[in-house]
Amino acid sequence: MNLMSPDGGLLFWMTVIFAIVFFILAKFGFPVITGTVERRTKRIDDALKAARKAEESLAGLAREQEQMAERARAEQARILQDAAAERDRLIAAAQQQAAEEAMKIMAEAKARIREEKEAALRDVRREVVRISLAVAEEVLRKELASEKEQEDFAGKMFDEASKLHS
Amino acid sequence: MKSLRFISFITALLMTAAMAFASAGAGVSEPQENEPDVAHILFSHIGDSYGWHIADWGGRHIAIPLPCIVKGTDGWKVFMSSKIAHGHEYEGFFIAEEGEYEGKIVMRQPDGSLERPFDISITKNVFSLMLSGLLLIVLVLSCARWYRRHDGTDDVPSGIAAAFEPLIMMVNDSLVKENIGTDYKRYSPYLLTVFFFIFLNNLLGIVPFFPGGANVTGNIAVTFVLAACTFIAVNVFGNKHYWKEILWPDVPLFLKFPLPIMQIIELFGLFAKPFSLMVRLFANILAGHAMILGLVSVIFVTVQLGLVINGAMTFFTVLFGVFMNCLELLVAFIQAYVFTMLSAVFIGLSRQEADAHGEE
Repeated sequence: MNLMSPDGGLLFWMTVIFAIVFFILAKFGFPVITGTVERRTKRIDDALKAARKAEESLAGLAREQEQMAERARAEQARILQDAAAERDRLIAAAQQQAAEEAMKIMAEAKARIREEKEAALRDVRREVVRISLAVAEEVLRKELASEKEQEDFAGKMFDEASKLHS
Repeated sequence: MKSLRFISFITALLMTAAMAFASAGAGVSEPQENEPDVAHILFSHIGDSYGWHIADWGGRHIAIPLPCIVKGTDGWKVFMSSKIAHGHEYEGFFIAEEGEYEGKIVMRQPDGSLERPFDISITKNVFSLMLSGLLLIVLVLSCARWYRRHDGTDDVPSGIAAAFEPLIMMVNDSLVKENIGTDYKRYSPYLLTVFFFIFLNNLLGIVPFFPGGANVTGNIAVTFVLAACTFIAVNVFGNKHYWKEILWPDVPLFLKFPLPIMQIIELFGLFAKPFSLMVRLFANILAGHAMILGLVSVIFVTVQLGLVINGAMTFFTVLFGVFMNCLELLVAFIQAYVFTMLSAVFIGLSRQEADAHGEE
């Protein structure tokens, strides 16, 4: 038995069997498997790439959002500031107006009070005059009961009046 | 836990292997002889045979008869190998016990000389090749079916596809794509077939009992066909640059004209490459089988040396046998890998463009 010399029959069958196996596997076996796996690999690669891109755009979106929020905050601050200024201005104006109004009312009230006071004084004075005249009448009537007294008094009055005029 | 169970399974397998070899070895040795004929056991196991001998049980030979197909002087003859087993003769055909055609079917000529008929019998190796070929087709096609069903989805492979995908893609990517380059797709089915064909047959060769155990990839006829296929793949599809490198290489003129020294060397290399492929695989697997068989034979050789020595030798032999079988598992993969890788390298060299590399 020579191990180094190939046997013809085995050579023949090996060729046939290997050819059949190769034909079947090369046609229906391995290309299907490698093809599918390679397609799958490509698909996964694509998906990863797309995911990375999406992630990047998402990051861009977040950045934009951040900027928008920043702008909105600035706007808000500005508006608030404006509103505060406006409020202060309005309050100041109102206060001034109120003060002016109050002043006017006070002035009016004062004027009226003065008028009333004067009217009242006038009434009082008139009353006092009336009462004094009545008292003086009463006193005169009592003192000038006699003739003499009437003459003295007239004389005194006369003196006084003349003194007053001299 | 899982790996432990796997190791114990492998160990059990190898123990069975040793036992199977043992029983087989005991069967081959002649009953009347005390000393087993180790060389005969060895060669009958690593060589080819017409029937598939499985074991001897209670003095009976258990063997699977295989069809013999021979063309003698009077046409084709087909008969089962059991007809000519144990020295029987059938229609003038019998197995030569010795001489030039030892172990082969011969026919006796009228003048008494022996002649070899045209013999395409389904021998043990042929039958084993058929079984492994069928097994490979079933495995790969059932794997491919999974992919056909799951094309366009991102499903994770399950079952047989999950087992095969890493191996297939490893060969496809790191051997074929790496070594051949852009048009690797054309060669990938061939190289994948070669890889799995060799790998499966190597593995089946390690399994010591039917349907394994045949020394298929350790037979030079098998490796010859495989190497011839690579030779065809390399040279039929070689490009212009490849042939120019052989017929008119880039060397000083006096080396190629008028005496074609370089051409002769290149042509020699043309055949040396597949020859090395053929011999490497053949010798490695043959050596592995011979080693394990020799180790197991030690048990039977040392029987005469007494119980103690025999027991001790048996212990070490089994230990060593386990080691050798593990080594052979590794070799089974490595040889398939190396054959495929070198084939891919040779094909890659034949597809190289002139500008890809200066000179090769």
